[in-house]
Amino acid sequence: MFGVLRQRFEAWVTRGQQPARQPVRLERRRIYILPTRQGYAFALLLLVLFLWSINYSNSMGFAFTFLLSAVALNSMWRAHNNLLDLVVRPGGVEPAFAGQDVQFGYRLDNPDPEPRYGVALQWRDRPPCHVDVPARGSATVVLAVPAGRRGRLRPGRLRVQTRFPLGLLQPWSWVEFEQDCLVYPRPRGGRPLPAAMAGGAGSGLGEQGAGSEDYAGFRPYAPGDSPRRIAWKSATRTDHLLVKRFTDQARPELWLDWRLLGTEPVEPRLEQLCQWVLKAESAGCEYGLRLPGREIPPAHGDVQRRRCLEALALFAGGGG
Amino acid sequence: MRWSWKNRSRRTKPAKPPEAPLSSLALAWLLAALVLAAAPHAVELPVWLSALFAVVAGWRGFIALRGLSLPPRGLLLALALLAGAGVLIDYRTLFGRDAGVALMVAMAACKLLETGGLRDGVVLVFLGYLLVMSNLLYSQEILMVAYLFAAVLVMLAAQALIHRPHSGLRGWAPLRLAGGMVLQAIPVMLVLFILFPRIPGPLWGLPKDAYKGRTGLSDEMMPGTVSELVRSDTVAFRARFAAATPPPNQRYWRGPVLWRFDGRRWSRHEELPANTPTPFVAEGAAVDYSVILEPSNRRWLFALDLPASLPPRAGMTASFQLLRDQPINEVYRYEMRSYPHYRTGELTAAERFRGLQLPARGDPRARALAAQWRERMTRPEDRVGAALALFREQAFYYTLTPPLLGPDSVDDFLFRTRQGFCEHYASAFVFLMRAAGVPARVVTGYQGGETNDLGGYFIVRQSDAHAWAEVWLAERGWARVDPTAAVAPGRVREGLYAALADPGLLPFLARGGGGEYEWLRQLALSWDSLNNSWNEWALAYGPDRQKEFLSGLGFGPVDWAEMTVAMTVALGGFGLLAVVWRWGQRGARDPVARAWQRFCARLARRGLARGAHEGPLDFTERVAASRPELAAPVREIGRLYALLRYGPTGSPADVRQLRRRVGQFRL
Repeated sequence: MFGVLRQRFEAWVTRGQQPARQPVRLERRRIYILPTRQGYAFALLLLVLFLWSINYSNSMGFAFTFLLSAVALNSMWRAHNNLLDLVVRPGGVEPAFAGQDVQFGYRLDNPDPEPRYGVALQWRDRPPCHVDVPARGSATVVLAVPAGRRGRLRPGRLRVQTRFPLGLLQPWSWVEFEQDCLVYPRPRGGRPLPAAMAGGAGSGLGEQGAGSEDYAGFRPYAPGDSPRRIAWKSATRTDHLLVKRFTDQARPELWLDWRLLGTEPVEPRLEQLCQWVLKAESAGCEYGLRLPGREIPPAHGDVQRRRCLEALALFAGGGG
Repeated sequence: MRWSWKNRSRRTKPAKPPEAPLSSLALAWLLAALVLAAAPHAVELPVWLSALFAVVAGWRGFIALRGLSLPPRGLLLALALLAGAGVLIDYRTLFGRDAGVALMVAMAACKLLETGGLRDGVVLVFLGYLLVMSNLLYSQEILMVAYLFAAVLVMLAAQALIHRPHSGLRGWAPLRLAGGMVLQAIPVMLVLFILFPRIPGPLWGLPKDAYKGRTGLSDEMMPGTVSELVRSDTVAFRARFAAATPPPNQRYWRGPVLWRFDGRRWSRHEELPANTPTPFVAEGAAVDYSVILEPSNRRWLFALDLPASLPPRAGMTASFQLLRDQPINEVYRYEMRSYPHYRTGELTAAERFRGLQLPARGDPRARALAAQWRERMTRPEDRVGAALALFREQAFYYTLTPPLLGPDSVDDFLFRTRQGFCEHYASAFVFLMRAAGVPARVVTGYQGGETNDLGGYFIVRQSDAHAWAEVWLAERGWARVDPTAAVAPGRVREGLYAALADPGLLPFLARGGGGEYEWLRQLALSWDSLNNSWNEWALAYGPDRQKEFLSGLGFGPVDWAEMTVAMTVALGGFGLLAVVWRWGQRGARDPVARAWQRFCARLARRGLARGAHEGPLDFTERVAASRPELAAPVREIGRLYALLRYGPTGSPADVRQLRRRVGQFRL
């Protein structure tokens, strides 16, 4: 009930706020401020001190009560200033697997000659990450955002907040960036890696068994082919780029094929494929990935791994 | 699905992670602040409790230093119960001012040992503020207030540090922060102090011991009461005269008037105060003055004979005694007007009856002597003269240490011991007058006082306490007679120290000027002058003084609504000032932003406003597209601004370049 109200309020307050492509400067009109629970307790304390002063007609008691009240007001101003003019910009982000946390980096810039203490970035109900921003300097915060599903993850709205100096008040601001991160499927599944096959065998859907050892003629160029294999000599004679074909008998090649997992639903299949990619990569063999409508020729290395995982993350088909 | 409690309980939120413990730095500041706040209480707390607090503070520090674990809950509970029981045994109650403070200190000690995370830290900080406040109930003197101010600074530093994310405050930074906050808070505090509408207290019953340990005149007089009081050089009140200070023989500060005598004890007759001054015929000029009364926990106000005005919330009895509606428990300042020369009106039948009342029996020799005078002298004035002649001519002594008196105290004094202090003389004199058929009463109060030339005011101490008599004479009404002056004329002229047979018993400051330690006395007077200003301006600023002060500013009478409006306006002004200040700071500090804002404002006037979502480069591109003739300078400004604002570092040359470009930019 309360949560719903809060969401409504958030939506109302941030209406018209577009996700920013630029760094965001926290301006006066986008900073909100409310007392914390401690702040309400402090107000109660002030009331007690005030009544106490009246009851004892204690002049210095009044002075003390008013001093603390004035300090509380001052702390409101300081808390607000602790966020004011702070510049938030999105930083680097690394892809992650579903079920893990994505680490979104942000940089906070402080244009003031005074340091800012205890500035926090918070994603939804996750514990906030605190950082001190030095005077005329910057600091980085890494926010862990749980990656639930594969695909593109947008962190959405973030809270920038602080409780400095006395913890009585909490000013905050919402920022949202045009920013996303790739989430790979969760590597999961019980099946062993499929057997590696020699070149030419299999479904014939592509350059199966292509190797680097023995020359085996030409074929037309396809995007993704290594420039080293392009037959530059023949390219001068024809309009088409041709690629030299080699077959490799010595190294087995591995096809991670969607159809090998024929009976399962889409997501478990992708998860199994993802696990295979990781296994194949760590086993050191060349592997290719075959998805409906997409095929990645066998290769090895970080680039191949990322290409395969990206394809799995963004896969949007398979009759699902 | 069937709904059940089991399902519901599974949906509850996960428990919050345990709070991070306080950092040892925060704990160190917190301990220091609490020790500072509790230390002044050591004077009135039982020794065991002070020791307990000190030991616990040390222990907690040791635990933090060595990274040991906190004592188990059971031990804490036992400690709390023991401390509570100790307070109960020591004070025989858990309520009241002293026991309350003791409990608070005990609570702070127990909480210290339990302190783990932020929440405990907050509780301790709040307890600390309450401890600071409780110190003010015992003393509001300048030194104490300065000390507590320091304690509050440390407490604020601790309050900032108990928050883990603020542990970037290193070294003296927390104290600097607290100092900065307090400095900026002081103007607001002053506005609140001056303008916040004050409500006269108390709102509800105060504990019995709320104002324990205050010295002053009581409403009873027995042999020894005044001579005990004069051994204290505590200030009773200070006065400031509008014109010349009246001569010594007119400095009779009227206090409780005592009518009833039971053979040993004089006491007040309960008279209802009226809310208009009691009328009398003034002869001669008025004396105007203000009195700054120290708290006495009594209702009476002191005024020179005879008072002709009424301070707010005060009334006057038929015997010219001023009474306030509430006991004076704060420094209280009031304006007065008196007439030193006067004639009062007729004696009512009730007054005559009370003025002639005597105990049924006792003191036969005094009665016989008075009866003799009554037979021999027809005029009451002569009977008065006869009594004064008795004191003057017989061997009476004025002393602070008179011998003890027997059951017939008046006889014993008049015919045997003949040594006494003012209460003995006043008591015997009034007894004789009544027995001789002259209506008479005892007046207690203060006589004399010393001028503080530094502050231009008058100090009246407890050592100036005095008792004298009033007799009713047909031509003059109630007339003051000071029998002590007959025995020791110097008492009125030069003060007590000069008049006493045994002045060594008097406290240092009551001994008057001159002598070996004059410089020390002068020093004490300078300090007193400072205290007087403090009293007059800070401590006496209550509901009445507030109205008086604000009305005196020239706006006429001020009520609480106007005060509230004035206060709100002033606070709003401060708020505006804070915003403007911050703005100016930003402009001065950030020439880049200022130049950019100027540039944007110029474009906005021509309908090319920058959208909130637009970055500088997007914006300048859009402008360049819509106004191709401006493309070159606009793009350059955008590039420079983006470089300075979001680039790794901008050089001062770039800043100059940007400002020059913006300056030259024409539409």
